[in-house]
Amino acid sequence: MTDIRTLATVWLDGCSGCHMSLLDMDERLIELSSQFQLVYSPLVDRKTFPERVDVTLVEGAVASVEDLKKIRRIREHTGVLVSLGDCALTGNVSAMRNTCGPQPVMLRVYEQNVLQPQIPTEGVPALLNRVRPVHEVVPVDVYVPGCPPSADTIYRVLSELLAGHVPTLGGVAHFG
Amino acid sequence: MNVEELQQIAAQAQEERDKFDYEVNVCMGTSCLSQHSDRIRDAIAKEAESCGKKCHVRRTGCMGPCAAGPMVLVEPAGTQYGHVREGDAKDIVSALGGDPVARLDPRLGSYFEGQHFVVLENVGHIDPEKVDEYVARGGYEALLKVLTEMTPAQVIEQISKSGLRGRGGGGYPTGLKWDTVAKVKGAQKYVICNGDEGDPGAFMDRSVLESDPQRVIEGMAIAAYAIGATKGYVYVRAEYPLAVQRLTVALREARRRGFLGNAICETTFSFDIDIRLGAGAFVCGEETALIASIEGKRGTPRPRPPYPAVSGLWGDPTLINNVETFANVPPIIRHGGEWFSSMGTARSKGTKVFALTGKIQRTGLVEVPMGMTLRQIIFGIGGGVPDGRKFKAVQTGGPSGGCLPEEHLDLSISYDALISAGSMMGSGGMIVMDDTSCMVSVARFFMEFCMTESCGKCVPCRAGTVQMYNLLTKICKGEATRRDLDQLTELCEVVGATSLCGLGQTAPNPVLSTLRYFRHEYLAHIDEKRCPAGVCECSPAVEVHA
Amino acid sequence: MSAESNVRTLTIDGEEISARADQTILEAAREHKLAIPTLCHLDGLSEVGACRMCLVEVKGARRLLPACVTRVEEGMEVTTHNPKIDRYRTMILELFFAERNHICSICVANGNCELQSLALTLGMTHVEIPYQYPQLPVDASHPRFTVDHNRCVLCTRCVRVCSEIEGANTWGVMGRGAQSLVITDLKEPWGESETCTSCGKCVQVCPTGALFEKDRAGSKVRKQPDFLPYLRIMREGEQ
Repeated sequence: MTDIRTLATVWLDGCSGCHMSLLDMDERLIELSSQFQLVYSPLVDRKTFPERVDVTLVEGAVASVEDLKKIRRIREHTGVLVSLGDCALTGNVSAMRNTCGPQPVMLRVYEQNVLQPQIPTEGVPALLNRVRPVHEVVPVDVYVPGCPPSADTIYRVLSELLAGHVPTLGGVAHFG
Repeated sequence: MNVEELQQIAAQAQEERDKFDYEVNVCMGTSCLSQHSDRIRDAIAKEAESCGKKCHVRRTGCMGPCAAGPMVLVEPAGTQYGHVREGDAKDIVSALGGDPVARLDPRLGSYFEGQHFVVLENVGHIDPEKVDEYVARGGYEALLKVLTEMTPAQVIEQISKSGLRGRGGGGYPTGLKWDTVAKVKGAQKYVICNGDEGDPGAFMDRSVLESDPQRVIEGMAIAAYAIGATKGYVYVRAEYPLAVQRLTVALREARRRGFLGNAICETTFSFDIDIRLGAGAFVCGEETALIASIEGKRGTPRPRPPYPAVSGLWGDPTLINNVETFANVPPIIRHGGEWFSSMGTARSKGTKVFALTGKIQRTGLVEVPMGMTLRQIIFGIGGGVPDGRKFKAVQTGGPSGGCLPEEHLDLSISYDALISAGSMMGSGGMIVMDDTSCMVSVARFFMEFCMTESCGKCVPCRAGTVQMYNLLTKICKGEATRRDLDQLTELCEVVGATSLCGLGQTAPNPVLSTLRYFRHEYLAHIDEKRCPAGVCECSPAVEVHA
Repeated sequence: MSAESNVRTLTIDGEEISARADQTILEAAREHKLAIPTLCHLDGLSEVGACRMCLVEVKGARRLLPACVTRVEEGMEVTTHNPKIDRYRTMILELFFAERNHICSICVANGNCELQSLALTLGMTHVEIPYQYPQLPVDASHPRFTVDHNRCVLCTRCVRVCSEIEGANTWGVMGRGAQSLVITDLKEPWGESETCTSCGKCVQVCPTGALFEKDRAGSKVRKQPDFLPYLRIMREGEQ
């Protein structure tokens, strides 16, 4: 495996809890940050995904056209793609709408209990018929279960990647 | 009942027959009956009466060539008529003793060439509801012989010597099974006849039960004597009303003549049979599920061992054989095991009844010696593929079997040859497909069958069949990738290796055999989004919610 | 029968062990601290051999055999783990996860679920098989308990404990294939069941969050199925 110099984190359809857990690494973040650069993330300002990123952590499931576009681009420009947390891994809460389809969700949000009911056609990405885990859309290299994965687990993943291993979390972290 | 009395019954039945100059046998199996062959029989009877010819009009079971039905067989001339309508009664009766009615020629070609009747020896010749007609053709001779001249061990020896193997599909040696149950100690033992025939395209057991139910009863009674059972059950699908009705009458008739009940044929042997109706679950053809169903429980299989031979119905030693297996027993006893083993191949003896269906000229019921080639059956007896189309595959063994392509047409039919070719004997359904059939769709059809018939007890079958069905649907729709194909293959392996009972273990077979012989069709759907047979609409669905 | 003839010697994963003739491979293995994963098995209940997690390889056998119902035999050579068996188990587990809506993060049994633990011990980090997302009911009509079919793995422990231990026979299974559901009585709402004694044994034996006690759910509430073998022994002692 090549040296890990750049790291990106992405937030698809999820609650940002995995990013919170990432921040929960506390002082270990400082230790890690000396070893690679965070080049793209909801936590930094950069708006476009860089040409080449060594490791990308993906939080959230693929739920909209936007997500689909993003994840395909990310896969193309990423060395090691890490599915971070249950939404990316299983669909989790994001995928609960799959039992009924997107229509009731749209109605609930934009028509019921609002003063001016209207389904938006601009500015909001169209929903996919089915929310899907990341690995159903693009190949994934590392799977990190947990809702969210603990800070320790994320630290372990990043440390191993920095040490040149592809970590497996089997027997270490569980769903939920 | 003793030999003299049996002969007397036969003689009386013969005497009845001799009163007539002609016999007109009208097929009243389910297929012909669905075309109102009962009305045809009535019309012929009426016609015969009015013209004064001494003619006996008889209802019989299935004569075989269902595609040419309704069928009529005129004896003693042996003339067969096909596609008979009520209006043909007059011509049929007036042709008695003269030239046959040319326009009613069933054009059966070589349909009966190479066929050899053991199980079906009486069809077309006896009224299935008249026990005496069965006796007149040698019926219950075997039972009487067994009860008066043979020990149970000698009976089993003859069955073993015959090389008879289970006709329900598994092909387990019948003699060995009987021997096992006979040796298990138990005050109460049972004999069960498995008539839960449920493979798509199979109707052998139904036809046997409809046409010659006494033969099955006799076979069961012989088995009961051999293993020491006093009680038997016939488990038959409720979807076979005619078979159930004829069997019910047959049981009553057999009891009336003393072939069932207490002290049968003035011996100490007592045996009686009850009917149990299946409620439409394919899995109840699996022996442990069938037993659970008879016990009044949910019809789900359980892990074996213990096998039913040791712990079966209500925990007692139980012998379960298929309808056709029992139907083979009386002739084996009558003619001896060696006679039976002289027919067939080295490890598959005797004959096998097949139900020919699908894209074939002459659909129907056939009985052929083991070892006959698929080509002889499909192109000789069945007359090949109609409408000038090209033969593509033949499906044997139902949802547990597989599809064999043209290069396997010269395969000799036997249990082992079919398995090594990737299919199986099964109960005897044979579905012929031509070049308008899409093999992925065929696999999908059988997977759908397994999915809806899975009992839901074990997870590989319950959930695995759903996943495989969805993947096959995806392939048919042109939405699948190579990765889906890999996943399908892996699911086939896991479901086959880990399912609890035969249904799940063999559910992947239609996929595996079509993947083996028609992989290019799968790849055309996946890589080119094209169905070679033009059956599937390959247009990937839209992913976005509008 | 002498004591000696009652003993069988066999090897499990190369380890030579002795077991009583009436023991299953699973019992023998667990007595020797050899782990075989199970889901539908529960000490104190009859075996159904339905979950297929305990399939093991027995030398000379044509197929893999469920350890929970296969009796030990003299000279048996059992393999409980190898790459093939592990792969099969993982896929079976994936089939479980994909067939219903097992959303661990919001499940009452999160952290106290045998299905979840199996995924951990078998190292299953994600499910390759497509999720089915069926629409399934939740019945909360009982004053104390709830059944959530989204989490049910159809192990039938509830059915067995209700019939074999409580003797109420409230639970049963209806439908077939993927449509199978555990039901109370003839699919009456649980709260209206006339046979249910509200003993709660079914809740205690349920391996997942399908059956749970109202107001007493969450990772801190452990289910207590350990009473079963004790109850069995005490009852048999009475007779």
